[in-house]
Amino acid sequence: MPATEQTGPERGDRTVLDARDISRALTRISHELLERNKGATDLVLLGLHTRGVPLAKRIADKIAAVEGAPVAVGELDVTMYRDDLRSQPTRRAHKTALPPGGIDRKVVVLVDDVLFSGRTIRAALDALADLGRPSAVRLAVLVDRGHRELPIRADHVGKNLPSALAERVSVRLAEVDGSDEVTIS
Amino acid sequence: MKHLLSVDDLATEEILGLFETAADMHDVQSREVKKLPALRGRTVVNMFFEDSTRTRSSFEIAGKWLSADVINVSAKGSSTSKGESLRDTVLTVCAMGVDGLVIRHPASGAALQVSQWVDASVVNAGDGMHEHPTQALLDAYTLQRHLGSLDGRHVAIIGDLTHSRVFRSNVQCLTRLGARVTVVAPPTLMPSGIGPWSAAAGFETSYDLDEVLRGAGTHDDVDAVMMLRVQRERMSGAFFPSPREYTVGYGLTRDRLSLLAPDVPICHPGPMNRGLEIAADAADAAQSVVLEQVSSGLAIRMAVLYHLLAGDLQGGTA
Repeated sequence: MPATEQTGPERGDRTVLDARDISRALTRISHELLERNKGATDLVLLGLHTRGVPLAKRIADKIAAVEGAPVAVGELDVTMYRDDLRSQPTRRAHKTALPPGGIDRKVVVLVDDVLFSGRTIRAALDALADLGRPSAVRLAVLVDRGHRELPIRADHVGKNLPSALAERVSVRLAEVDGSDEVTIS
Repeated sequence: MKHLLSVDDLATEEILGLFETAADMHDVQSREVKKLPALRGRTVVNMFFEDSTRTRSSFEIAGKWLSADVINVSAKGSSTSKGESLRDTVLTVCAMGVDGLVIRHPASGAALQVSQWVDASVVNAGDGMHEHPTQALLDAYTLQRHLGSLDGRHVAIIGDLTHSRVFRSNVQCLTRLGARVTVVAPPTLMPSGIGPWSAAAGFETSYDLDEVLRGAGTHDDVDAVMMLRVQRERMSGAFFPSPREYTVGYGLTRDRLSLLAPDVPICHPGPMNRGLEIAADAADAAQSVVLEQVSSGLAIRMAVLYHLLAGDLQGGTA
């Protein structure tokens, strides 16, 4: 994901979301999903590697706490479907794990940390087509930083973060990076 | 990583990286749409100058599941049978715009030689009695799935060591991953000069299969058993008096099977000579992983082709 640099907080970084902001944003997204879907039945959350995976699990936990029943959650790797695969050195692929019920006739919610060019989501839609036929696909992201290069939009956004192309938006999550924070620099 | 010619070319991290990719590829086999777009537009040629069923079809399916275009060229029915040299055959095929060349050849070192002639990425699918790296990778990957880590585990490799490229690649791969290896063969099928080699590479040799399987003497219990095929096509002399005598001394018979714990995986690279190096009881035992090796082989070959061919071909592996 080009938008998420794995750099730590440096001087000049501005924190736009702290741990509590992130938690609140995910809580709101969870409620939006439930409201839109009229409950958690037939809902499948698929996190995109790397940081979409823990985000999807967190949203699933929040939904389960509200609904009192577990929500299907999985992870999706789109490396093989990227349009820049052959213009870069070989990227390591990650695991794709679907929940036991699969995705056929389910409402699949793709979860990612940052929505930027939209190319990752394009790749994810292609990957989904090879895995099954969901009844609908929605997109939930923690941060939408703009600069779309494809006709793709998110259904649920944690925070809209207008940014300049030269700026870096970094999402740090406790599961991957040790702490929760979104910074821009 | 530009070519895969020898296990020796791979760093330990690269081996483990291939295993991780293979684990992802393994999942594809159970999908309804067995297709990944990673090698779309790439062309892979399988050049087999020796007979092969599993390796060639495995590379073919691996390439196809990754969306590459795969072409098979075999020595029979190719210009080689009209007297064309290996170099001319290879250069002719590569002039058609080939990205990956999977080659099996009866001459040791053929893959290395070919890699110096062509721009394409070359995968050694077996060169004479030298190496068969993807077989070693799939064997180690299969064992790792059964044993967890190979570090400190004891693997016995039994059979026709002299003519076995599988053994040569496997010893390197297994010892690199931290396994303790004991190789067992009759004296006539023990490669000459194995003494200094085993001392340098850190593996043990034995002539007594029962002792090794029993964990007696200086040997401790084996965690995995790897049987090798008796390669009659490479044998020009008499290496053992009769097939029966080989079986009695070095075959995995029903009696020897009973010496093994029921969770010790039994590998065989195939094709099996049932009744010669492996009894049907062992080949079909619950602990036999022979068919699993085939599906692992597919996953490993997908991983190898992916690592060699998916990225920027000028840039190499990150």
